[in-house]
Amino acid sequence: MKWGAEVIEFHLDARSGVAPYMQLIRQVRHALRLGVLNEGDKLPTVKEVVARVAINPNTVSKAYRELEYEGLVTARPGLGTFVTRTLVGDSLSKHEPLRQGLARWLTEAREAGLDDESIEALFLSSFRAFSEARG
Amino acid sequence: MTSALIADGLTKRYGRRSALNDCTLDIPAGHVVGLVGPNGAGKSTLLQLACGLLDPTAGRIEVLGARPVSGSPQVGFVAQDTPVYAGLTVADHLRMGAHLNPSWDAALAKRRIAQVGLDPAQKAGKLSGGQRAQLALTVAAAKRPNLLLLDEPVAALDPLARRNFLQGLMELTAEQGMSIVMSSHLVADLERVCDHLIVLVASRVRVAGDVDDLLATHHRLVGRRRDTADLGAGRALVEQSHTEVQSTLVVRSTAPIVDPSWQVDRLDLEDIVLAYMSGAAGDGPDRVLEGQR
Repeated sequence: MKWGAEVIEFHLDARSGVAPYMQLIRQVRHALRLGVLNEGDKLPTVKEVVARVAINPNTVSKAYRELEYEGLVTARPGLGTFVTRTLVGDSLSKHEPLRQGLARWLTEAREAGLDDESIEALFLSSFRAFSEARG
Repeated sequence: MTSALIADGLTKRYGRRSALNDCTLDIPAGHVVGLVGPNGAGKSTLLQLACGLLDPTAGRIEVLGARPVSGSPQVGFVAQDTPVYAGLTVADHLRMGAHLNPSWDAALAKRRIAQVGLDPAQKAGKLSGGQRAQLALTVAAAKRPNLLLLDEPVAALDPLARRNFLQGLMELTAEQGMSIVMSSHLVADLERVCDHLIVLVASRVRVAGDVDDLLATHHRLVGRRRDTADLGAGRALVEQSHTEVQSTLVVRSTAPIVDPSWQVDRLDLEDIVLAYMSGAAGDGPDRVLEGQR
């Protein structure tokens, strides 16, 4: 089956340990950040996604509900799910000051005697705890 | 939540050999449920009891709120190795299905046969494994059952045929909203298509729950060797292994684990399943962890 040219394609990484619905959400956000998806664009229907990716329809619905809750898309009954907001610029412009803050933190960590792997492990474990705490 | 299947003390014995022993579980409706476990755990026996092909020796089983009856229009069954009638054509299978099932959806059957590229005049004995599986799935789905049971439907298929089969199965699920229970050894496939997972070891439910919950709440902890008794509240030990200096634990915890003395990693579904299977070997059958519903 071929999709229309204007929709994105999903894929799944089975070994990532990231829940499939979360992988779909991340792929939509990523497409929004890169400007691949813009306001008014349609997401593939649940049936199109499951027929293509061989994934549970509830998983796709759950991802779409979550994206709707975040205000990124809206479902129009009988028509499909449409992008309502783009993420371009919204984050890219904020990257530089955040990068500088991170560089300061990295300098501190190195001065405290942490090596690269400890820094990476500390960042990853804090990041996970942080995102899990936020749900 | 209503249940697709309830088993209570369900037992099936053949003479002195028991195929399923005192099995108790509750499978929610409206899901695609994966049933995993080692060979001999009783998965096939459970599915055959559920579609009324077998009668229990003891205990109780309820399917969609009633005692299972063989040939019920409410329940579709695709047996292991997806058996078809070798001497009959694809079209014969559909005619037979229409004849035997009052709820037969001829349009759906015809559309699916065309979609998967089967020749109606072809004898089923000449079909490839993947085509045979698609035919068996079509016949089971065209009954428009509320519950579809599949026993290792993709075990014998090559990766491409397997993917095609699962795509078809998920499309049917999206269209018809039926509950599905499928047993499989291929956990990577189950992670894609199932939203609920049951690990059955020696007739016991080791863990049952929402796949996303299972992925979010299981962690592998690696650290200096220590006593595992002090894991803290809300944490359950699934599996442990120790060397002289190091402890490796698989832990279920709803709260994030913030302890700098452990290296905390995520687990994929296969790791989680394996942890429950091997963790089951060591301790008693009473340590059953039930997932949130």
